[in-house]
Amino acid sequence: MRKAFCDSLLEAAEKEESVMLITNDLGFSVLEPFEQKFPKRFLNVGVAEQNMIGVAAGVAHSAKKVFVYSIVPFVTMRCFEQIRNDVCSANLPVVLVGVGGGLSYGTAGLTHHSLNDIAIMRSLPNMEVFCPGDPAETQAIMAYLSTSQKPAYLRIGKGNDPIVHEKKPDFAPGKAILLRDGSDISIFATGNILWNAREAAKILGQAGLSVCLFSMPSVKPIDKEAIHKAARETKAIFSIEEHSIIGGLGGAVAETLAEYKDAKPLFARIGFPDSFCKEIGSQEYLRQAYGLSPEAMAERIQRHIKESL
Amino acid sequence: MDYSSLAKQIRENIVRMAFLAKNSHVACALSCADILTVLYFGILSIDPKNPHGPRDRFILSKGHAASALYATLAERGFFPAEVLDSYCTDGGTLTGHSTKDCVPGVEVSTGSLGHGLSIGAGMALAEKRGNGKERVFVLLSDGECDEGALWEAALFASHHKLDNLVAIVDYNKFQGFGKTNDILNLEPLEKKWQDFGWVAGSVDGHSYEELERALKAIPQEQGKPTVLVAHTINGKGVSYMENKLDWHYKSPNEEQYQQAIEEIRSL
Repeated sequence: MRKAFCDSLLEAAEKEESVMLITNDLGFSVLEPFEQKFPKRFLNVGVAEQNMIGVAAGVAHSAKKVFVYSIVPFVTMRCFEQIRNDVCSANLPVVLVGVGGGLSYGTAGLTHHSLNDIAIMRSLPNMEVFCPGDPAETQAIMAYLSTSQKPAYLRIGKGNDPIVHEKKPDFAPGKAILLRDGSDISIFATGNILWNAREAAKILGQAGLSVCLFSMPSVKPIDKEAIHKAARETKAIFSIEEHSIIGGLGGAVAETLAEYKDAKPLFARIGFPDSFCKEIGSQEYLRQAYGLSPEAMAERIQRHIKESL
Repeated sequence: MDYSSLAKQIRENIVRMAFLAKNSHVACALSCADILTVLYFGILSIDPKNPHGPRDRFILSKGHAASALYATLAERGFFPAEVLDSYCTDGGTLTGHSTKDCVPGVEVSTGSLGHGLSIGAGMALAEKRGNGKERVFVLLSDGECDEGALWEAALFASHHKLDNLVAIVDYNKFQGFGKTNDILNLEPLEKKWQDFGWVAGSVDGHSYEELERALKAIPQEQGKPTVLVAHTINGKGVSYMENKLDWHYKSPNEEQYQQAIEEIRSL
């Protein structure tokens, strides 16, 4: 997804002169093409994230479209108040690009994991939150972001995310993307675990369930219509994300379902538990350890259905 | 320019706002009243009739002194003085910490300390890269210099040679719990800024001549941002407020209000 982001950004910068890229000294061997092509529109602020966001806001005040690139915790948590006060309250066109969504930086340890970012970004007024599920979704979201004039958070994976969409997905803020139609249960998945979610849906399909699968690259705004329809037409709904079960996509779907009067399907959140990651290992290893492999997720869904329906 | 009369009117309005709203931060608003007067009537290239047009920017990074900014903007003609009565009132217009565009002329929302210099540096950088001529002035409090983010911005501004950026420290020597340098020592303050690559000078923050001379000489050195450490008196102009910590928190009663107005008028 990182390459898809960088290619899309270069394309956007060629079309639109106001596009600027800021980093806190991260993106080595990735951001150089932009720096070389647009030296006056590239800015490395050094390892100083609070200042980075304040500077981004100041630059955006001068009619610039600013992309701020870093690893997730450093572009969301370290500088949260600057995002809230300086960017969101002023409703400035600043896009925070977080690389390493979920457990992408698995072996790096808990400081580099991003398991709470969707929750805190989603809580900010004016902020849109987009978590592409593969490189194709990243490109589609970037086409929107390159001209949007609102604050946004783009949470991407790393360098090796598999391709889910064979053709260009149809992206719009607040719109779910249907990947598989079905009538028994519905799955809403967001971000870089999309491929696993699709594999889980395949396993469930082979086991005889008719599974409806949506990709939810737009976590805020959320597609309430799609969730309502799933509540009316299927018996159970599951959310899947590589993020804490608190406040992310699961939270957003739960809020939508809890306020919906016309149907009350079975609902469960699948994600990272409310804890710090205690294991050490790659993303793949940690997904296995925390029940986020396709097989483990399919099994959890089947167990829920067996126990409650 | 008759700075003295203008500053008196601004001080009267600051005290009046604190009195009507039963709100405080009055002493640290009075300490920067002369700085704001000189900026808005002698330095900033601005047009109250076109507040979003090409202009110099001013950021009140010490957002808790918002009453001083509002009183100055009203005096400069950005909005009618009657609006000042709605400071911190239910359904009013003016917040206790300055909010962007709550009235024309307020450039950014401030109140959490240590944000303004970064935003100002971003504006100054955009001007430089676009070959613009606009300048950015940021007013900091002395307590605000405790903030780490401020020093990130200080490093950044000198590295990028932002000589169109000016910081002014309202050095009134007081912060939340007492004397600034008893709580977290800033000294030697000018040297710190110099070591961070700035041109640093100090002025009497109540001397119109000194403030005007220093601010008209910007940039003091090509390729370097400038900081003025403005030595001020907390509560300046009202005898019983001067150098008293409690006027960070208290608002004047009727009798104190009348006395304050009389004292300001006879300054």
